[in-house]
Amino acid sequence: MTTERRRAPLVDMWIIIAAIAVIAAYVRVIWFTPAEATQGLAQKIYYLHLPAALNAYLAFGVVFVTSIVYLWLHEERADRVAEASAEVGLLFTTVVLTTGPIWGKPIWGTWWTWDARLTLTLFLWFIYAGYIVLRGAIVEPSLRARYSAVLGILGALLIPFIHMSVYLFRTLHPMPIVLKPDRPSLPPEMLHTLMFSFAAFVLVYLALVRARYRLSAERARVAELEASLEGGR
Amino acid sequence: MSDPTFRDTTLTGATPRESESPVLPGLLAATWLIASKDLAIEFRTRTAFFSALVFALLGLTIFFFAWDPTAVAAIDLAPGVLWVIFTFSGLLGLQRSFGVEQADRAMDALLAAPVEREAIYLGKAVANFLFVVGVQVIAIPAVALFYNVPLGSIWLSLTGIAVLAALGIVAVGTLFSAMAVNTRLAELLLPMLSLPFFVPVVMAAAQTTSRLLAGRPEAEAWPWLRILLGFDLVFVLACAIAFPYTLDE
Repeated sequence: MTTERRRAPLVDMWIIIAAIAVIAAYVRVIWFTPAEATQGLAQKIYYLHLPAALNAYLAFGVVFVTSIVYLWLHEERADRVAEASAEVGLLFTTVVLTTGPIWGKPIWGTWWTWDARLTLTLFLWFIYAGYIVLRGAIVEPSLRARYSAVLGILGALLIPFIHMSVYLFRTLHPMPIVLKPDRPSLPPEMLHTLMFSFAAFVLVYLALVRARYRLSAERARVAELEASLEGGR
Repeated sequence: MSDPTFRDTTLTGATPRESESPVLPGLLAATWLIASKDLAIEFRTRTAFFSALVFALLGLTIFFFAWDPTAVAAIDLAPGVLWVIFTFSGLLGLQRSFGVEQADRAMDALLAAPVEREAIYLGKAVANFLFVVGVQVIAIPAVALFYNVPLGSIWLSLTGIAVLAALGIVAVGTLFSAMAVNTRLAELLLPMLSLPFFVPVVMAAAQTTSRLLAGRPEAEAWPWLRILLGFDLVFVLACAIAFPYTLDE
């Protein structure tokens, strides 16, 4: 049984496919998509920034749903997906918070501004960083799962409140040009590139969550084996 | 508990008189029993209340010197200072809330008590609420005094905001306090988990206060008050529902 489980390479097909998709998306972004008229090349970062942001939301949505599922059914797998998704979501949020200022410096003339959406993203980062610290601070698996599920749900409930407060405070961020009620105002070449890039990032998300899920399953197995060794002594 | 040797160690009002009737206390009665137990402990020791109060006063002193008084008028700082010290002194009380139950594994006794889990949460929250409001009864006039803020015309509205803000902070903070004590990081974790949740509360309270102080029309403060009310409603309910999940089954 152990010999059959031994082959679990870190880089599996999912990661390879996701990597190829991202490379293809970037080839398209750099060579086959026209530069934006006023922003020039700086706008290219948009194809990384927006897909990462959307995937971060997707990831935190998954944390919310799997947290509810865990509290409801006490299903261990739901907790593992929540953990994996929160970590990958935090990674994407970090990408958003890094690419934003890189674009902001040449276009806005400042690395950071306390704009509504920037602040919201920063707080998303804080909430899920807290989530991961909480997970790290509890040893007992079922307690950890329950506590993090509670935080995963409350964190998602908090997002609309932070959203409303920071919008009421002020906003400077470019208004949505893709996800808005009427048709997207992006030229078709750019929109297709963006959608391609978004799809590539969804693949990255799935591949990373899958890898992280397997890691936590392996860890649980190791803990189980260690416990049985100590018990048999 | 009915053993006479334990009589004098039990706190006034903290135990139902089970010798007369073995009836379980209702949710509200149980809530009040737990709240009065915590308040009795706090009243007899006074350590947390006193330290939170001194902390609040120290905070407002430090904030005063952190800005250049010739550039920013004290009255412009006051709302921000008020709500920041409100939050941080509140955290001191919240840390203690479930910290006291760690001693002698008192939490196990509380869980074994014939009360609903929600009553434990509500009782703790009521005690924390009174703690936070108690600190504010002294801290708000202190801010007004030291920062030369004319509270005369707005004190009633300010009391209302303080109550709403305390409710939101306590609802979330009580739940996280129960969680934080069972982790390896204990007290360190509470601020890290709670502060993002306090942001909408502090923003709404500070924005409303500064508009009131500047004599702006009330309509300007309404959107902020709505956020505060919504936050209270959602999180009091959500935390009361979530609390039983944080206890050992």
